[in-house]
Amino acid sequence: MTNPPAKGDGVPAEEPAPTAGGDNGLTVPPAEQFEAAMEDEAAEQAVAVEETAAVTRRKPWILRAAIYLTTANQVMVTVYSLILAAVVGAILIIVSDPYVRSTWGYFFSQPGDALSASWDAVATAYGALFRGAVVDPDKLNRWFYGMADLDAVLRPIATTFNYSAPLIFTGMAVALAFRSGLFNIGAQGQAVVGAIGAAIVGFSFTGLPTIVHLPLTLLGGLVGGAIWGAIPGVLKALTGAHEVIISIMLNYIGGYLLLWVISTKFVHSPDRTDAISKPASESALFPSLFGAGLPANWGIVLAVVVAAGMSWFLARSSLGFRFRTVGANPAAAKTAGMGVAGTYATAMAFGGGLAGLGGATILLGSTSHALTPSVAGTIGFDGITVALLGRAKPLGVVFSALLFGAMQAGASTMQTVAQIPVDMVTVLQAVIVIFIAAPALVKGIFHLREAKVSGQELSMAKGW
Amino acid sequence: MTTLATTEPAAPAAVKIVSGRTIGVGVLALVFAGLSLWMGLKVASGAQAVFKTYMIGEDVELDVPAKPVILVMAVLCLAVGALLLSDRTAKYFAMGASVAVIAFAIAFVCWSIAKPGVFLPVTATLNGALFLALPLILGSLCGVLCERSGVVNVAIEGQFLVGAFAGALIGTISASAWAGLIAGAAAGCLIGLLLAVLAIRYLVDQVVLGVVLNLLALGLTSFLYERIMQRAAEQFNSPPKLGNWTIPGLSKIPVIGPALFDQNIFTYIAVALVIIVYVGLFHTRWGLRTRAVGEHPAAADSVGIRVNWVRFRNVLMGGLVAGVGGAFFTIGSAIAFNKNMTVGKGFIALAVLIVGRWNPLGALAGALLFGFTDQLQIFLSSMPGGSPIPSQFLSMLPYVVTIFAVAGLVGKVRAPAADGVPYVKS
Repeated sequence: MTNPPAKGDGVPAEEPAPTAGGDNGLTVPPAEQFEAAMEDEAAEQAVAVEETAAVTRRKPWILRAAIYLTTANQVMVTVYSLILAAVVGAILIIVSDPYVRSTWGYFFSQPGDALSASWDAVATAYGALFRGAVVDPDKLNRWFYGMADLDAVLRPIATTFNYSAPLIFTGMAVALAFRSGLFNIGAQGQAVVGAIGAAIVGFSFTGLPTIVHLPLTLLGGLVGGAIWGAIPGVLKALTGAHEVIISIMLNYIGGYLLLWVISTKFVHSPDRTDAISKPASESALFPSLFGAGLPANWGIVLAVVVAAGMSWFLARSSLGFRFRTVGANPAAAKTAGMGVAGTYATAMAFGGGLAGLGGATILLGSTSHALTPSVAGTIGFDGITVALLGRAKPLGVVFSALLFGAMQAGASTMQTVAQIPVDMVTVLQAVIVIFIAAPALVKGIFHLREAKVSGQELSMAKGW
Repeated sequence: MTTLATTEPAAPAAVKIVSGRTIGVGVLALVFAGLSLWMGLKVASGAQAVFKTYMIGEDVELDVPAKPVILVMAVLCLAVGALLLSDRTAKYFAMGASVAVIAFAIAFVCWSIAKPGVFLPVTATLNGALFLALPLILGSLCGVLCERSGVVNVAIEGQFLVGAFAGALIGTISASAWAGLIAGAAAGCLIGLLLAVLAIRYLVDQVVLGVVLNLLALGLTSFLYERIMQRAAEQFNSPPKLGNWTIPGLSKIPVIGPALFDQNIFTYIAVALVIIVYVGLFHTRWGLRTRAVGEHPAAADSVGIRVNWVRFRNVLMGGLVAGVGGAFFTIGSAIAFNKNMTVGKGFIALAVLIVGRWNPLGALAGALLFGFTDQLQIFLSSMPGGSPIPSQFLSMLPYVVTIFAVAGLVGKVRAPAADGVPYVKS
């Protein structure tokens, strides 16, 4: 990606390549390099630099676009990973369909049958996934001619938003830990305990105005999650126990805690015999985003706002700086006088709080607004894939949460229309993230060029 | 995993270094003492804790007066706590920790079963404990093989799942438990292959990779379960059982005989593997190379050992072992495969590996401890009259024990030095 420095002698400033949405900090802008060079180096050297730059600049945009598309930079690796995952998913659909399998049996006598049957199966499945997640073109068309109401058109996207909001929170819970050099695999347990906290605050008060009750409920989730997240952090700080093992165990303990909490007299719904808690009061719920008939609520807006806040927090605040420093190099952080152990504990508590908010959001976004044994679904584990796909950056987390939320929203349509189990989405998520984590593999498969600037490495848990 | 933050190694003789871990366990022992005291005061004074053992022909009963025993255990815990807190060096750490834990366990069991009409069937409990420990043994052996050579394997859970799935599927189709066993091992090996290629060749962060491979295994097996198995369970998901093998003579020994010598074939496989891996690791050239690669790959490389090849091979072998462990879930007792049927056993195996200090024998001991905890929890929540503790809390027991074990009780553990660090020849 070569952005024009647009500096100097009459070379017209060109449009950047259309695909190069230079918004993700992938490269060091050449303009800055050139300016620095101009200041530091002797004049003739600067001219030489300018000349080579002019040569690069003169490449037609289409060539630069082609170069960009075939370079293993972060954006293209992500795109190619998505493509590869779709291919793997398609293979799975074909292999697991008895009818399509049978057509492959006589592939050499009638290859057309096998190919068209495979295409049909895959297209039906992915088409249904799209219609259930984004928009149904048919319904859009009918709405355009006044034959369907807007709700039908907006329902898929509203469902996507409802799935995505908690994923943004849990994704950030994992991402924040990644940036601090920790692997928060315990977002699941933290979300569960957060949901418990939110539910208890949610049904305990009645008659409060929403403006008071909703924040209180969210605070309940935040505190619950933060406590659960702080345990592995504190244990790591005190004993050095690795947070991965501890938080996996806390996930299971949190699950059983949820079962117990639901069974207590204080929490269990008196009108029901099955395992469900009292529902949260009306005043604790998020206001609806698109109207009462659709599932989306203001949780997604809150999630995006919190993501923006975290972006600021990591980049600008002193605590965020400490998190990043400890994550990047604990030894250097210690030398600089930062308490590494304390930072680990704080970062885990912060992450836990975010996951707890995710638990609260999914509770308030569910249809019953009540605790059930599966209230948190798998948002904590999905948060890991969300954070990895989003490369542990808040903006990336928002986008990847929208993608995975959309996949989950579409999965149920896919199940009804094409009889593809919803577990397909889990496979797709895992495959995407495997390719994302192994850029060299993607680069090898597509014979991509080496990226000039590889971008930041995720700082992760290293060894035991 | 537990790089110690608080204890300083090699203290000068004159200065006593205070061990934070010792203080922690000391406090824990006092908490145990308090709990035991409470249980001892709570239990009815004439109550008996009954342990029954099956012997040839008749049951042998051991009646223990509950109250005095519990109170004695409380005093023991108190003494340990006082000792650890008064002498806070790590000197008495191991002994104190084990005494406190065992005493508390005895007190807890006595308190739980000190009711009329309730007894603890010792033989059945040991049997069940071994049964539950089997996958843990195999899983942590897989961990030993991988991590001793320097590759962190968090994907044991996923290997269990695919092993269980392939075991059920192939076992049913071929109507042969042995075929299922081989298929399970092969499936586990396949995940191992993915792990090896991605971690060694493509240098992916190993902990993250393991977690994602678990997700992949969960997604794949659940997907195929719904698409293939659920439609025709008779045809695809009714696995046969790999039978028992009774060793003549030895199985007649009271108490431990039936538990050790009249067992599922998996038991013998597991025990044999523990011995093989132990001997192999510490007494053969392969083991020396494995350990060298795991501790100091550059040094190993300089004497001509092909570091990444050793790692690759070990991860594949680990995959085979974990796959056998996974197959146990289905063909071990002819149970049909189900979504996510391993419920985190792979992660407990990982914890067992750490508690067992990356040693096959330690892994065996750790696995038995967890198996016992799990069996006890199952027994207590299903015994007549029920436990005074809500069953959900009993179910937490193995996981809580894991946390305590990893966070403190096991003392100082050290992973292989190059564990999780990819080797790139410079």
